Amino acid sequence: MIYTAADVPVPVAIAVAFFLLVGAALALIGAIGFLRLPTFYERLHAPTLGTSWGIGGVMLGSMIFFSVSASRPVVHEILIGLFVTVTTPITLVLLSRAALHRDRAEANGNVPEKRAVTEPEVDVEKSEG
Amino acid sequence: MSAIIIFTAVAVAQLMLAAAMAIASLRIFRGPRAQDRILGLDTLYINAMLMLVTFGIGTGRIVYFEAALVIGMLGFVATVALAKFLMRGEVIE
Amino acid sequence: MFPYPILTTFLVLMWLLLNGFTLGHLLLGIIVAVIASWAMASLRPEKPKLKKWYLLPKLLFIVLYDIVRSNIAVALLILRGRKQGHTTGFINLPLELEDSMALAILSIIITSTPGSAWLEYDSHDKSVLLHVLDVIDENQWIETVKERYEKLLLEIFA
Repeated sequence: MIYTAADVPVPVAIAVAFFLLVGAALALIGAIGFLRLPTFYERLHAPTLGTSWGIGGVMLGSMIFFSVSASRPVVHEILIGLFVTVTTPITLVLLSRAALHRDRAEANGNVPEKRAVTEPEVDVEKSEG
Repeated sequence: MSAIIIFTAVAVAQLMLAAAMAIASLRIFRGPRAQDRILGLDTLYINAMLMLVTFGIGTGRIVYFEAALVIGMLGFVATVALAKFLMRGEVIE
Repeated sequence: MFPYPILTTFLVLMWLLLNGFTLGHLLLGIIVAVIASWAMASLRPEKPKLKKWYLLPKLLFIVLYDIVRSNIAVALLILRGRKQGHTTGFINLPLELEDSMALAILSIIITSTPGSAWLEYDSHDKSVLLHVLDVIDENQWIETVKERYEKLLLEIFA
């Protein structure tokens, strides 16, 4: 089944174009931030632009386009959105814990020390590498 | 008229996503450390997924959606496995 | 027979979303969903204790609004570049939440709002290490998370 773009009315086309462009622009800004920010922990924030409203915008555009051109609600894109929203925290938490572990083991960077389990009053400021 | 609007928007969005993918792969090559490369891979596959969805809008076929879903799942598993490897598989000494 | 009714319903709905609604797909979807929920039951996960589930939409709207706001803030911060510096830092956030489901939801909220990342949770002293891209005031930040999200989550998973 192929749906052609000429079948949708102009206001719908404008809405689809708007959401697509917003999503793609957010993904691009996220990637630029990923290139420019200086440390790993700052770079960790940049891709979440793409995974929150970057994905959201593109999915909304696709949902509107297919729903109007098939003239029935097509909402299966929401599955990708849900899947990415649920899995991004897992990858980021695992990755940042691995990074913390490596930085602590090599003692570089200003990474907060893991607090000792037996003594709660460990000086956190001692982490200058 | 609406075809022109949608095709222009799809083309511009694909250009932006291609630029984002290029930047992510630049970060994979530049590093400087393993965690940066893995995060670059993560960004790369998410942008590839978005690119496939825009292809779906441009051509009007729903098949691209399934491909995007598969890329998302495989990319997630790959990133988790690589992050786990960084945590446990490497002896830092 | 049906150990997880909500999970089974959602699996059937997802099957119909992916394949389109026909009688055959409805039957096949129900069979797959029931088998999957048996598999889930044999894993024996903790039962989440949902108390005030009607507060979930409110939480969803707050989170969606905050995601839009912090998306704009982080996009501006990236585009502005290095000329005006931003202070980035780690924050140690003490939590009252203990339920693992609520903690998972809080970690999804914090990660998916750009500008804050959940690094690691310490179940011993019940605190979580966050990294924040633009810390203006550390105490105010802790206050916001506790007021906006933790209170609601504590009410939902009482």
